[in-house]
Amino acid sequence: MSVQDMIKKSAFPLFTCPGCTDGIVLNAFLRAFEKLDYDRSNTVLCCAIGCAGRTPTLLDFNVLRVTHGRALAFATGVKLAKPDTKVVVFMGDGDSLAIGGNHFIHACRRNIDLTAITFRNEIYGMTGGQYAPTTPLEGIATTSPYGMIEPSFDGCKLAAGSGATYVARGDVYNVTNLEKVIEGALNHKGFSFVEALTTCPTQFGRRNKVADPVKMIHRIKDMTIPIEKARTMNEEELEGKFPIGVFVDKTAVDLNTRFDNLLVRVQRQA
Amino acid sequence: MADTKKLIQGNEACTMGAIKAGARFCASYPITPASEIGEILSEELPKVGGKFIQMEDEIASMGAVIGASVMGVKSITATSGPGFDLKQENIAYAAMTEIPVVIVDVQRSGPSTGGATVCAQGDLLQAKYGRSGDCPMIVLYPNSVKEIYKTTVRAFNLAEKYMSPVILLMDETIGHMRENIDLSEYAKLEIINRKCPEVGPEEYKPYEPDKDGIVRLMPFGNKNGYRYVIQGMHHGSNGMPNLAPEVLQCSLDRINGKIERHKEDIWEWEEIDTDDADVVVVSVGCVSRSAAEAVHEMRKKGIKTGFFRPITLWPFPDQPLKNAIKNTKVVVVPEMNMGQLIHIVKEYANDKVKVVPINIYDGTVIMPEQIEHVIEEVNKK
Repeated sequence: MSVQDMIKKSAFPLFTCPGCTDGIVLNAFLRAFEKLDYDRSNTVLCCAIGCAGRTPTLLDFNVLRVTHGRALAFATGVKLAKPDTKVVVFMGDGDSLAIGGNHFIHACRRNIDLTAITFRNEIYGMTGGQYAPTTPLEGIATTSPYGMIEPSFDGCKLAAGSGATYVARGDVYNVTNLEKVIEGALNHKGFSFVEALTTCPTQFGRRNKVADPVKMIHRIKDMTIPIEKARTMNEEELEGKFPIGVFVDKTAVDLNTRFDNLLVRVQRQA
Repeated sequence: MADTKKLIQGNEACTMGAIKAGARFCASYPITPASEIGEILSEELPKVGGKFIQMEDEIASMGAVIGASVMGVKSITATSGPGFDLKQENIAYAAMTEIPVVIVDVQRSGPSTGGATVCAQGDLLQAKYGRSGDCPMIVLYPNSVKEIYKTTVRAFNLAEKYMSPVILLMDETIGHMRENIDLSEYAKLEIINRKCPEVGPEEYKPYEPDKDGIVRLMPFGNKNGYRYVIQGMHHGSNGMPNLAPEVLQCSLDRINGKIERHKEDIWEWEEIDTDDADVVVVSVGCVSRSAAEAVHEMRKKGIKTGFFRPITLWPFPDQPLKNAIKNTKVVVVPEMNMGQLIHIVKEYANDKVKVVPINIYDGTVIMPEQIEHVIEEVNKK
């Protein structure tokens, strides 16, 4: 099974804009999936609305594409109903950290055994460039024409603080790391989260003087630093930087295992 | 012989019906007066190998039950007014994607927080029209503990048979009321399960309906090689996004048409003494219990009165109602809201029939005497 075989030829031409890097994240996922040799028929990809939410429908998998922000809520039902199914959730930053923020923190807390990947492109792309909870300060969006005045979310800190047992960040410049952290996430038992820094030249770049797709990827290169190096830097030096690598990787009992134990206990009493 | 009679609450009967129907998953969020449904299922589902989860909000609980149903597990959620508002978007998703699931709305007084413990019937029209777009819905409304049990089973059967969400409407009074039920009467209730695809994975088109107009969705995680996309965006027979005019029209016709075409199978209603009735009382839920009593009293007094109760509220049993009131002079519609059921009755009543409302929305259940008084007044004229 090659990566190409897992992409629907019928989905071409793609709906994505020229210069979009969402495909780099999908590619990293497919390579990790192939390497781990999972069964596609026993895998459910869950996603919702927006560019990142639509991209999984290009893959030849069982795909449950749901209402905006609710992918993790649906995925919770999927995983509880059939615990042996591999579940991977693809979300945009607005999807996971704005409208779906409540589901996000509770999925982390429950330590349900699934992988969530957030595409952080710092903007609402599909709807026309409105600001996201990840848009940087002073960033220009169609709803922040004078510059963004709200601080942004750090998806990894939010996940770690909410109890996720695997938390990592990757980006579309350092693709080897991206593939490695997604592989680590898929391999992890419990709730795993990967924040993937992506680019949107059309909606973010054009308004923020980085319309050139290559320049946008270079911007990502400049923004990111390996986690090991970040540990040696002070707060001032870390301003505007995104450490990449694995932040959390710990063993803890996942929700379905707790359910299994509960079922045994209840049925023994009955 | 063991005594199989039990004194149980309406909400409890709903949970027993759900388990009888084969439900093995419930996700809910606490809300009065529906909370007992989640509480009891959290205790009973594990005994039969099922799972209950209390989600972070009403929206998530609606999403989780649809997710579980996609995997082939029959699922239920329960709520009331404000929670029912929040669930609408995902209920529409289930209708659009044709995922069977049962949603219980134990009505309380609204709008907004209203009165959590106060009975009302304010969601009759919301159950049908509460979502954007032309969204089809099957809505059932029982009026006794026994009927809640068997109607819950029926809700699951219709959901699986027609690949559609089904709303089980109740009200605070019947949800919290206790009555005797003899479960041995229902040992042989028919249980319907969803049909599998007729073709192998190679030729499979998930949204191509069978000869009855119903889609055959292979549960995800099937391990048999069936792979497809389920999405709330308009989609063609292969499940992929498609906004072509003929695709939109065809899919909207299908999801609405499958309910309309099979309405006679979905309809259930109760009718008493309508043949010679000068006055017919049309009502649902807790109010219909008072209405039945009032009709009985009026007959004793020699006033020719009849009773008509839709158990299937949507699709509305229009032809049965037309037949029941074709020779009637007056139709009385008592309901615990500002007038909802009456609009539907007026739609199907001929010009010669006078339609008289009784609207009580102060939280007190409409009593037989209040209905009798109106019947006597209209009969004098």
